Amino acid sequence: MAALRRTLTFRHGVHPDEHKEATCRLPIQRMPFVDEYVLPLSQHIGRPAKPVVRPGQRVQRGELIAEPDGFVSSAVHSPVTGTVAAIEMRPHPTGRKMEAIVVRADPFASQRFVRRSDRPREDMEPDEIVAAIQRAGIVGLGGAAFPSHVKLKVPPGKRVRFAILNGCECEPYLTADHRTMAERPRAVLRGLELIMKVTGAERGYIGVEVNKPDAIARLREEIPDGMPITVVPLAVKYPQGAEKALIDAIFHKEVPTGKLPLDLEIVVQNVGTAAAIADLFATGQPLIERVVTVSGPGVRRPANLLVPIGTPVRAVLEHCGGLLPSTRQVVLGGPMMGHAQKDLDVPVVKGTSGVIALDRLAPVTDEQPCIRCGRCLEACPMFLNPSLLATLARAERVADLKEHHILDCYECASCSFVCPSHIPLVQLMRVGKALVRERGSN
Amino acid sequence: MTASPQLELTTAPFLHRGLSTRRVMFEVLASLVPVVAAAIYFFGLAAVLLVLAATAGAVLVEWAFDAQGTRALRDGSALLTGVLLALTLPPSLPMWMAFLGGAIGIGLGKTIWGGLGHNLFNPALVGRAFLQAAFPTAMTTWARPGLSFAEIRPATLAWPFMKPAADVVTTATPLGLAKFDHQYTGLWPLLAGTTAGSLGETAGLVLIACGLWLAIRRVFDWRLPVSTLLSVAFFSALLRAFGGEAYPGPAFMLCSGGLLLGAVYMVTDPVTTPLTPRGAWIFGAGCGLLVVLIRVFGGLPEGVMYAILLMNAVTPLINRYTQPRVFGGEGR
Repeated sequence: MAALRRTLTFRHGVHPDEHKEATCRLPIQRMPFVDEYVLPLSQHIGRPAKPVVRPGQRVQRGELIAEPDGFVSSAVHSPVTGTVAAIEMRPHPTGRKMEAIVVRADPFASQRFVRRSDRPREDMEPDEIVAAIQRAGIVGLGGAAFPSHVKLKVPPGKRVRFAILNGCECEPYLTADHRTMAERPRAVLRGLELIMKVTGAERGYIGVEVNKPDAIARLREEIPDGMPITVVPLAVKYPQGAEKALIDAIFHKEVPTGKLPLDLEIVVQNVGTAAAIADLFATGQPLIERVVTVSGPGVRRPANLLVPIGTPVRAVLEHCGGLLPSTRQVVLGGPMMGHAQKDLDVPVVKGTSGVIALDRLAPVTDEQPCIRCGRCLEACPMFLNPSLLATLARAERVADLKEHHILDCYECASCSFVCPSHIPLVQLMRVGKALVRERGSN
Repeated sequence: MTASPQLELTTAPFLHRGLSTRRVMFEVLASLVPVVAAAIYFFGLAAVLLVLAATAGAVLVEWAFDAQGTRALRDGSALLTGVLLALTLPPSLPMWMAFLGGAIGIGLGKTIWGGLGHNLFNPALVGRAFLQAAFPTAMTTWARPGLSFAEIRPATLAWPFMKPAADVVTTATPLGLAKFDHQYTGLWPLLAGTTAGSLGETAGLVLIACGLWLAIRRVFDWRLPVSTLLSVAFFSALLRAFGGEAYPGPAFMLCSGGLLLGAVYMVTDPVTTPLTPRGAWIFGAGCGLLVVLIRVFGGLPEGVMYAILLMNAVTPLINRYTQPRVFGGEGR
């Protein structure tokens, strides 16, 4: 019977080549400090943070420099001890210029994080823990950078029964979560315990794709006796790390359209986020650094690095031996959903899971007519009809776009990945979503 | 750092599976090699000449009417149409008719609709339907297989727009024998390809093998041929159960005539068949029903071409009513 049991997974999706071999065995190493750090006030979904420092002011490593502006907002801290050099517009990984706090590192400072007074977590109420997480600037480290405390604050009348940690890391090249789970399983599990405590979840699950057997084994070894936590091995498939796909994979349940995992009494957090939450309560350290995978055919020395938030991408690449001349694109995040960069002076932000240097351009130029092969339908994890939606987006048929659920698309790009006609399907989906948001209200 | 390379800005995804329409077409063409080889084995040089003539007609019209110059030619779809059309033709058909069929197939079947991806009907079958209407006698004159390779019937080389000389030693196809004489050809000759029929339809085993290969490589949606064949089996079994021995049984129906060729290579044309899995089942079920109805109750012994063309016409409707249910939406 065991042979007949299939590894769990979600329906549809795609299988890009994994490209993880270059970094999946490399231990996380600390990136050395550089001279200047750029901290955009907006590096999370929601309202940008508000600066609480002035140019010229001296700041300590881990000190608050911008506070959340409202509930769906998150704090920003200085990653180094040094001086605020400026608060000005700087290039941001999304391609626009955005307001950022520039901190110049003090070359003589020890750069050791000094714990500030934080009460031990044992005597904190769930609400206090949630507030502490917001103050610590912890956001989802999987890539989308959604403020973590928002998901952990269970609204009145709702409850959470299951907490899931996302350890899929289904994007090609990325191994940051993999290394975190393999090297710091206790931190991941402590984070999950805290998430369960805060939300009142009865059971915890960690979904890990089976291409990370060492991570699965280490996590299983370290589960404390009696903790209702299960590590769930999942088939290797993209985009399994998306919340809805992950819930489908583990529970075979669909998050109703327009609803949240919370409506199924589930909360999902990334494994790196869980480790960051554990670190906050162990040492008081806010989110001032993250693990970044530096990889791709254009990088001389691929690595998994613990990088202070705000480090310029150029410095990260230099630390890895620089780019090969054949490099055509530098992508922040994974190659399926990340952002290409023109300017390497953009900083690593909280959502930067990888710096990937690619030497080949995706074939976007040779678009052919749609032959209605249906491969995009088979790929779409939301069961949409991307070829139809692309046509409707081109025709700007807003009402039809809405009726065919374009807003359920979360832009995983599986449709573009498989399309034999090289139609820019996900780009057209983005256009369609924007059209519906702009004009679809009436 | 080494002088930073010129970086280019595009949007995600930055990876692609590497499949192209051209590649899809050539995978299908590659799978046709054994089918064409079987046609040549059974029908000799005439098969080669008909494939060349039909393909020339198709490719010439594609090239002449393509607004993008030679670009559309490179995707291989016109070539595929030409070869497929040739495989549906009787081996003694004059070459000029095959050429005309290819030209009409691409012209009326594809180009006027707007080119690749926009046509409602299968272009190869449009070409064949034209030939069937224009030259009914030539299209139903079946040469006996098993001539020596180089032996060319004068009809094959007939002058354009001249009636072919009645020089062919003719025979009936298994479907004709069944319909008009109530003689049922055994299963083995049908699978082995030793019967009379169109160039590419007689060798059942070869077609089954090619279909499996394409399905395993996921070149086409396996549901389309499977549902078509299941439907033919179901409806012919139903007739047999209620109508008795007067009706041909499912095994004969499945292996005779153009059904296997149609199921593997025409029903699976992505452009003219439904997108959705549910739509594929409906399409196949409809094709199967129509094949049985036309073969058993129609005036002609064969019905695969009309069944597929009729279902092609219904495809937009099927697509409309089988839109996928959104994840997390109503109607699980």
